Amino acid sequence: MIRLAPGGPFSDERKIAEHILEQQKEYYGYNDPIITQYFRTLGQHITLDLPPLTSHPGLTAADIITESFPTSLELGLYSIIIALLIGIPAGVLAAAKKNSWLDHIPMSLSMVGICMPTFVIGPLLAIVFGIWLNWTSVSGWEYPRDKALPSLTLGLFYAAYVARLTRGSMLEVINSDFIRTARAKGVSEVRTILVHALRGGIMPVISFLGPTLAGLVTGSFVVESIFQIPGIGRHFILAAVNRDHSLILSTVLLYAALIMLANLLVDILQVALDPKLRQQ
Amino acid sequence: MIRSVFPTFLLVLVATFLSSCGPGSGDNKRDTATQKGILLFGNEAEPPSLDAHLITTIPGFRVVNALTEGLIAYHKSDDNIPEPGVAEKWTHSDNQYWTFHLRKNARWSNGDILTAHDFIYSFERALSPQLGARYAEMLFLIKNAEAFNKGELSNFSEVGVKAINDHTLTIELIGPIPYFLNLLKHPTWYPVHPSTIEKYGGMTKPDSNWTREEYVGNGPFILEEWTINKIISVRPNPMYWDSKTVRLNGIDFFPINDISTEDKIFNSGGLHYQNTIPSDLIPGYKKANDPYLRMEPWMASYYYQVNTEEPHLQDKRVRQALSLAINRRAIVKRIMKGDQAIALSVTPSGIAGYTPPQTESFNPKKARQLLAEAGYPNGTGFPKTNLVYNTSDQHKAVAESIQQMWYNILGIEVSIRNLEWKTFISARENKDYEIARSGWIGDYVYPDTFLTLWQSGNGNNTTGWSNPRYDQLINDSLVEANSERRLELLAEAEKILMDELPLIPLFYYNRIYRIDPTVKNWFPKISDSRNYKYIYLEAEGSN
Repeated sequence: MIRLAPGGPFSDERKIAEHILEQQKEYYGYNDPIITQYFRTLGQHITLDLPPLTSHPGLTAADIITESFPTSLELGLYSIIIALLIGIPAGVLAAAKKNSWLDHIPMSLSMVGICMPTFVIGPLLAIVFGIWLNWTSVSGWEYPRDKALPSLTLGLFYAAYVARLTRGSMLEVINSDFIRTARAKGVSEVRTILVHALRGGIMPVISFLGPTLAGLVTGSFVVESIFQIPGIGRHFILAAVNRDHSLILSTVLLYAALIMLANLLVDILQVALDPKLRQQ
Repeated sequence: MIRSVFPTFLLVLVATFLSSCGPGSGDNKRDTATQKGILLFGNEAEPPSLDAHLITTIPGFRVVNALTEGLIAYHKSDDNIPEPGVAEKWTHSDNQYWTFHLRKNARWSNGDILTAHDFIYSFERALSPQLGARYAEMLFLIKNAEAFNKGELSNFSEVGVKAINDHTLTIELIGPIPYFLNLLKHPTWYPVHPSTIEKYGGMTKPDSNWTREEYVGNGPFILEEWTINKIISVRPNPMYWDSKTVRLNGIDFFPINDISTEDKIFNSGGLHYQNTIPSDLIPGYKKANDPYLRMEPWMASYYYQVNTEEPHLQDKRVRQALSLAINRRAIVKRIMKGDQAIALSVTPSGIAGYTPPQTESFNPKKARQLLAEAGYPNGTGFPKTNLVYNTSDQHKAVAESIQQMWYNILGIEVSIRNLEWKTFISARENKDYEIARSGWIGDYVYPDTFLTLWQSGNGNNTTGWSNPRYDQLINDSLVEANSERRLELLAEAEKILMDELPLIPLFYYNRIYRIDPTVKNWFPKISDSRNYKYIYLEAEGSN
């Protein structure tokens, strides 16, 4: 499918001479029939003997992933922690104190968070904390002061989703029979909410976390560009822009593998938490 | 009370922690780097390669200029002056037969002596068809070089370059080329270290990894770190023949694709040099008399090219009408906002004493008259025409403005369409367009870098336009020994181009950037290429 896009890895503003173009196509195997190329590429990815990249001569996709994936992984994990740390308490509080200011304020803020894309939040945070207050860096990924804003930008964005999801499902659980029974038995309100209700209320958040986690650890093009982070997110986009077919394929395969892994983890976690699923 | 104080306390605690983590606490990275003598350089994008023979992008040229030196180097302030590089002195006969005397103390960064044989090896590599160097044509002025590159000649000894001894090199050109020394500044002419190249797969391996694993260069700096999308650090090369002139303790090149991000980084004190400024911020910086802002002429043109194979665009009167109906001043003033000069020729003026002939400027009345003569009075019957540009807010604004001008003045309807970069390139190459945005940055400081493009058969001429007289004048100029006569031939050719208008010039790009005043010996240059050995940093108030 990626081969159907117009233009190729060797086309550029300055037209490449025909005889040089032929040479390059031959070297990178573009002159073979498409079916030969397909099976060769398939074999290369199965055996992990990856072909040379056209956009980074001398490197393979494995080199790029090894160099940039750990950065994105770190950023993704920080963001998810921030999202959960902010999102779940806000959601629980909003559900427990429904229709009070503890519900309205966090939920209004989360709606703003969902509506504001990272390319708005990111630069705003950078200007306020990086330039005006000079508390953090506005670029790079080396020291804690570099890592604060990108993690916060991504984390806040997802915290908003987590908060709304938590609130919604918590409200449903709070009104269910077993909670009423718990209250009737005289279990304290805090214990009812945090132990009994939260266990059921958190399930949609866990389902949401699966694909989100895979997406976050494979990098965010926007946040990596805004904060000049050498992660893998930028390679996803630039590989497509440069028509580097090998890099496109490898990064997409990585993403697919992570999605499957994350979904598997989510399933295991759900079974562990939900007695109904265990019985099935 | 405690509840309201607690979050504030927490915020202050986190801020204090963050501020104390990493360098530059209290002051910014730029001040620290200035004290250390490290130039922090916004370098646009990640260069795919740092191999002098294989680089194709400006960010790559910039880094290679620090790591490698050719026979002739960039002068610190004047692009027309050849600065002795590896060549200490040179002689020529009729501008065609050149002899270069190499410095005996020129060395590679690993300590090896740099000889004339290394240059012969390098020229053979750059021209070998298997390597696939995209700029190999820069060397086609050498006798038999083109035939060798195209595989028509297999014996490199027949190509016009010879090492007379270890320190003397001769080059025989296809004809007299008075600006030859200017050409030698292009990296395709730079030497590569033969034994390193051989160690990493040989001279014809197009994806050799020597630049990433063991960079052996001969320039004022050596490669210290190259992390993709993060940084390229260079540090002084102690083996460089003129190392005592080098005053910087290093340059850190940052590949910052996003120009808004680059602007923020510069504002937060993370860079000495900001390569690009978002155009909507330029008026603000100008108004505020920003002390960092520089706007300087550059050897680059912005134009629209016309597909002359389209029936309604074949008539030159139509193309002239389109050109005459464009108010270039309005575009520069309202959209570009960077004091760009309007363009009425494809070659910017001021290159090597050349005065380009110009097409007529904005003249709505004449534009309408010419369109009527071509059979489209008030635009009646003019087929709907498509204008394509590569995705960019600025290109979009220019296209919309011209669309409006053509509608208001000529009564013609033009639809505009943005295309993603490679799709756009593909559309232009396949002539799958009617009018397309285009531009060109000169490869070297001589007008023919803009004019050879439009010869018949040149791969970059995707307009379908061809003119035998134009081709002849350009060919004659290439072998003309007399410099003045050569410029006259080029001017005559450009006059044809500006009459026939297969391309409609709009304006000349400016180099608009910001630079910290602590950077010294940084001069405006039409080539925008620096010799980093002269640049140094000096904090305000220090001696």
